[in-house]
Amino acid sequence: MKLLIELFLTFLKIGTFTFGGGYAMLSPIESICVDKKKWITHDEMTDVTVIAESTPGPVAINCATFVGMKQKGILGAFAATAGVVLPSFCIIALISLFFDRFLEIKWIESAFRGIKIAVGLLIIDAAVRMIKKMKKEPLPVVLLICSASAMMLINVFSLRLSVIVLMLGAAAVSLIVFFAKRRSGREEAG
Amino acid sequence: MIYLELFLGFLRIGLFSFGGAYAAIPLIRETVLSYGWITEENLAYMIAVSESTPGPIMVNMATYIGSSQGGVFGAVIATAAVVAPAFIIVLLLTALFKSLAENRVFRAGLSGVKACVAGVILATGAYMAATNCFEGSTVFDADVTALVMTAALAALYFGWGKIFKKGMSPLVLIFIAAAAGVLVYGWK
Repeated sequence: MKLLIELFLTFLKIGTFTFGGGYAMLSPIESICVDKKKWITHDEMTDVTVIAESTPGPVAINCATFVGMKQKGILGAFAATAGVVLPSFCIIALISLFFDRFLEIKWIESAFRGIKIAVGLLIIDAAVRMIKKMKKEPLPVVLLICSASAMMLINVFSLRLSVIVLMLGAAAVSLIVFFAKRRSGREEAG
Repeated sequence: MIYLELFLGFLRIGLFSFGGAYAAIPLIRETVLSYGWITEENLAYMIAVSESTPGPIMVNMATYIGSSQGGVFGAVIATAAVVAPAFIIVLLLTALFKSLAENRVFRAGLSGVKACVAGVILATGAYMAATNCFEGSTVFDADVTALVMTAALAALYFGWGKIFKKGMSPLVLIFIAAAAGVLVYGWK
């Protein structure tokens, strides 16, 4: 029970004081859970980062669930995840109550017109960072260009085609190429 | 039934968002606009609010939209739905993760998804930036003020990273953009 409360409170603290979303949480989680509390090892932290990147969902949730699970099973996972979600839930639920009225104030509306421009740039920046981390091989580059063009067409012409279809398509293409390569590799060897 | 819609909509987002919050923005945008939960304009505002308040951005967005559509109960449903897939998948994976991460078929599929996601985010960001500057239906209806602000903020944000080696924090950019907005668009 004591450990459950500690997990909850620790992740509550991480959830309250980290701005900027999931990736920003990785370093506080590492310093607290690995260095200070010794809940998980450095190797496990690397695993978590890979899990977070290769599974869907918010990165912070992936991390909290993993650490909680390691320490105290499903209950631990629940305590840690609840802790990391609760602060932002309360803050945003509060903001949502008066956000529209807030925007009727002239200087706040002006501020948000400026902020809207920043948001576009931040999204482009996130994409550029992902592209930099990508392997510069023909297949990913082709997929990148195709999906960017498809998405642009979807946006401009308001097409009813889901991003999910694009993602599944890209996965299918890379699997086909993977198996084709493996097969031709085998034939050459044989 | 708004609660069921919120649950299904955010479950879909939670299931298909690889690589953190910004990677999920195209999917969130598609979902919330198709249900008509929020306008394009308010979505951009909420991304900024989510970035400037603590916590995972996806959770913040789910809470806001849930709350604005269905009160506190709506917020709980949307947040739980966006969190549940990640929670359950990690529970299942902790045991057998290593073998999956080293599985070459899984990695091949995932690398395709990641390349696609990067392209989708790039197009969404570019589209959002462009709609800020061209409000009308043709390219010639340019909002010159917004165009100049976009150029200036882009130069500042991306130039900062080049000059000081360490990128500018998104929070700082949002703050500067807010101040610029008040100066340019007026405060009374």
